[in-house]
Amino acid sequence: MPIDWFPLWLSLRVAVLSTALALAAGLWIAYILANREFRYKEALDAAVTLPLVLPPTVLGYYLLVLIGRASPFGQIWEKVFGSPLVFTWKAAVIAAFLHSFPLLVKSARAALESVDRSYERAARTLGASEWRLFWRVTLPLAQRSIMAAAALAFARSLGDFGVTLMVAGNIPGRTQTIAVAIYDAVEAGNGAVARTLVLVISVVALLILTFANRIAVR
Amino acid sequence: MIQAKLRKTFPARPDSAGFSVDIEFQASAGVTVLFGPSGSGKTLTLDSIAGFVRPDEGRILLDDAILFDGGAGVHLPPRARNCGYVFQNYALFPHMTLRENLTFAVEKRPRLERHRRVNEMLDRFRLQDAAGRRPHEVSGGQKQRCSIARALIGSPKLLLLDEPAQGLDAPLRAELYDVLRQVRADFKTPILLVTHDLDECFELAEEMLVMREGRIVQTGTPRKVLDQPANLDVARLLGRFNLLAGEIRSLDPGRNKSRVLIGEYELDGPYFPGRLKGDRVTVCVRPEQLKASARNGRPGPNQIPAELKRAVETPQSMRLEFSGGIVVDVSQAEFERQRDNQEWVIEFSPASLRVL
Repeated sequence: MPIDWFPLWLSLRVAVLSTALALAAGLWIAYILANREFRYKEALDAAVTLPLVLPPTVLGYYLLVLIGRASPFGQIWEKVFGSPLVFTWKAAVIAAFLHSFPLLVKSARAALESVDRSYERAARTLGASEWRLFWRVTLPLAQRSIMAAAALAFARSLGDFGVTLMVAGNIPGRTQTIAVAIYDAVEAGNGAVARTLVLVISVVALLILTFANRIAVR
Repeated sequence: MIQAKLRKTFPARPDSAGFSVDIEFQASAGVTVLFGPSGSGKTLTLDSIAGFVRPDEGRILLDDAILFDGGAGVHLPPRARNCGYVFQNYALFPHMTLRENLTFAVEKRPRLERHRRVNEMLDRFRLQDAAGRRPHEVSGGQKQRCSIARALIGSPKLLLLDEPAQGLDAPLRAELYDVLRQVRADFKTPILLVTHDLDECFELAEEMLVMREGRIVQTGTPRKVLDQPANLDVARLLGRFNLLAGEIRSLDPGRNKSRVLIGEYELDGPYFPGRLKGDRVTVCVRPEQLKASARNGRPGPNQIPAELKRAVETPQSMRLEFSGGIVVDVSQAEFERQRDNQEWVIEFSPASLRVL
């Protein structure tokens, strides 16, 4: 039987977008954690790490509370865009983002902290602002580890199942990502489809991990 | 001119003893060296001036700019201080070429000026050939020159160097001293350098500030400091003295004379101002100021008999270690002439004696 490849493309698109979001927000948080000293720093780090350890159902529940149709955010979204956010592929992006964000912050913080402080000191004595220092010195020096972290985050977004199912649902051709499609195929006794999709996602994940390892060690 | 007066205290913790720095000094054109053992607070002083460390109180003035004022709460960030800093490992940005490293320091200047300055520096520090390479692709000497050029390119009011010769082999060290002497001649920038190497002070310093346990214990030219250490601590720090327990037997200011008892022998010395007859003192004399020779019957005036324990070869001389902890430096040739001596006497020239 013909295989519907839509879930694969949707998953890739969702993963690219959520990784981009996670990079933007994650770098910012990681920078704060790596450079600033404040009282609740480790508490912030713990809060950011939380999604890594909570069950997907809990995360999904939180997300429904935060962005569901009844929530203030959900209502504003509906007013602005004319349709609800939940149970669309955009909600899947948010689910994948939540899933991969902690991993990225953790790795990015470690990467930024591993940059030799004397380079940053040197840049400061040479008159560089903190902003220029970050973009011209710290980030380029940490970029390999950060790219590796982004690759891991991408792989993780690709594999999200539980949160996606709760906030984006399982609408074939609209919100059905590859992980959800595999579940669907197995439930429906559609062995051939399940096997193919499992093989495809395994190979893709393996390639990404190999790539991440290669840029991290070079 | 840099004027610094600062105090910083690190309270004692269960795992570490307390430490405090409390110093005041000024330095103008030329090379001023902060000399002291590790843990004496020299780098902390340098970092306070650069702005990496905030002192508890005090005031740091660079020409007419206030860099730090504890009372008024002024603490400029490093980027606003106009101090060039040469780091121990150079801290050249590894992802930029040497030219980009220099350009980074003048990025805020207009394009033409930026270009002119970078080229001028590349020429002056003989870096044109390596300008397009990254730090890991160039020689140690080129890295060294580039880090100094980068620190100077923004026309800082002060150049700070943190143990720049640490871990360098001899040729590279000699090259560094040449470059720094050139910088001293070509730029008016005062240079403040941290080291624990006395030879480096002699190579470079107009003025040396001897630091110990967070205080400045002596200032002066290296020659003056070596000639007359302010106290026993400084003499120990310099590490190049025979330090012998003695007692003052007589003092004659009129004829600039004194007699000092060391062990059972009385020696002639110069008059020691501020000392009294009977004072227990430490006699301080440099190994190269002593003369060792064969003993001939009774020791003559200002001679002490001693037994040779060990002869150690050093690059410049032979170092003879005698009983009673007396060390004498003699030339290789001199030692060859005398090596068969059965018994020795050591002669103290009266003018070389110092007491602490």
